[in-house]
Amino acid sequence: MRLLESTALQIQEKILSKEIRAKDVIKLFFERMKDIEPHVQAYITINEEDAIKKATEIDKKLERNEKLGLLAGIPIAIKDNICTKNLHTTCASKILKNFIPPYDAFAVKRLKEEDAIIVGKTNLDEFAMGSSTENSSFKITRNPWNYNYVPGGSSGGSTAAVAADLSFMALGSETGGSVRQPAALCGVVGVKPTYGRVSRYGLVAFGSSLDQIGTVTKDVRDAAVLLRVIAGHDLHDSTSAQVPVPDYSNGIDSGVDGLKIGIPKEYFAGGLNKDVDNAVKDALKIYKQLGAKIVDISLPHTEYAVAVYYIVANAEASSNLARYDGVRYGYRTDRASGIVDMYCRTRSEGFGNEVKRRIMLGNYALSSGYYDAYYLKASKVRSLIKKDFDIAFEKVDCIICPTSPVPAFKIGERANNPLEMYLSDIYTIPANLAGIPGISIPCGFSKEGLPIGMQILARHFEEKKLLQIAYTFERKTDFHLKKPALKASVV
Amino acid sequence: MKIDKKTIEYIANLSRIKLSDQEKEVFIHQLSDILSYIEKLNKLNTEDVKPMAYAVSESNVFRGDTLEPSISIEDVQLNAPAAMGVFFKVPKVIE
Repeated sequence: MRLLESTALQIQEKILSKEIRAKDVIKLFFERMKDIEPHVQAYITINEEDAIKKATEIDKKLERNEKLGLLAGIPIAIKDNICTKNLHTTCASKILKNFIPPYDAFAVKRLKEEDAIIVGKTNLDEFAMGSSTENSSFKITRNPWNYNYVPGGSSGGSTAAVAADLSFMALGSETGGSVRQPAALCGVVGVKPTYGRVSRYGLVAFGSSLDQIGTVTKDVRDAAVLLRVIAGHDLHDSTSAQVPVPDYSNGIDSGVDGLKIGIPKEYFAGGLNKDVDNAVKDALKIYKQLGAKIVDISLPHTEYAVAVYYIVANAEASSNLARYDGVRYGYRTDRASGIVDMYCRTRSEGFGNEVKRRIMLGNYALSSGYYDAYYLKASKVRSLIKKDFDIAFEKVDCIICPTSPVPAFKIGERANNPLEMYLSDIYTIPANLAGIPGISIPCGFSKEGLPIGMQILARHFEEKKLLQIAYTFERKTDFHLKKPALKASVV
Repeated sequence: MKIDKKTIEYIANLSRIKLSDQEKEVFIHQLSDILSYIEKLNKLNTEDVKPMAYAVSESNVFRGDTLEPSISIEDVQLNAPAAMGVFFKVPKVIE
């Protein structure tokens, strides 16, 4: 048995049945980390000592037959823009390099309550702004399937870690596709829940009307458990939904017979890579064989989504990131003359170029004389994009399309062209604007051997249906079982 | 929309970001590109469309007026670049 390649639920079963101790799993885990992590560079902070302590605690609880949480014994990684008490949370930014949160994010608190073992904090594009994880101030994460390629982003550290078996599960976050897109590019499962499904408390704010914590896992059943743990109402986030959280695993094997799947023609238009197109269309054939009905639909405002997003998200970001002023926490310049100079130098020295670009774009869109032309206009078109989905969901139960128009691209290939990089998220952004949930699952490989992801979208709060549809495909295929060829002594 | 040097200096100042002349050149070029792309929104007539700020129904959320524990000043100050007593220390504000 290749222990570290198993899913979270498989490893948990072995721990709970006392076939292996949690402590032995975690020791093997960190052994593998020493082999592989120097190549993949998925982590910013590794939490080894704490993780071993927690694993020992779980073994003791097991011995005493104490009740254990839903994630007991499972090693999990957390994107480094989600606050972890007493553990560095940097957002991959120089400005937060030394920041140690005095509190846990709601989602992290839930993980701890359910006895998960936090193994480290994963790399991201600075403040989650990017689609390749190349914008990190600290390191470039590599795609485990080919080290010359990006893992996608911004949750590229989380997806690379799970793909390389450097974590069993991970948390990521989305503003415009930052879980689904890197999940597709790394060949793992990524869920972006409905806006408000998971509390944003402790998630470092980027675009507050779009931000949502999501899950990264090796398969769909693991996603169902992890989502159940982190979902739910939280008083600390006034936009968190007061909608009951179902047991997402219950009925996950109910199939897709009679289900209506919408295929939006706009997502299969120009710019779509041939291998991706074929893989998704092959997947649709499988769904048809399983009894689903394929329905052609149109989401006519799709082509405007990226433009809307870069106004709305950056307008919100320019406000949210005003807090980094060198006063209460984070980096402060050491050569300031006066308070305003201190703000300016702190921010100029602390932020990377992409963050500066977005703050300036956001401030421009909100500035006097331009607000109507940019922010208000974008907010109106956002309504039209949401309406497209409302109309589509009157006819179909879910929508299936590619997650990303292309498989992973080479490191450096898009780094100097921000606009081209923004277009990487063309298929994921609409769901964030509309607030609907989405999942990306592996559905094939390109000629170069890079993973391809397929996206399923549904109505608000229909994560359970999404997971069921995804699981039905996963059970019939083995794409999720394929592993990158990594040279490791521990597997 | 073409951004010029004056505009980039104006928004850099609003953003409290200092730019070198070389950086200004790069950002002028990149932001102009992005804004030209965004101009495609003008193809749409949105006269009668209501703007949408949030993806979920908007209503005020209130909590009970009850006392809850909060993070201590000492813990908060652990992350402060400079602190004195119960305060954050900053360069002189009023000349």
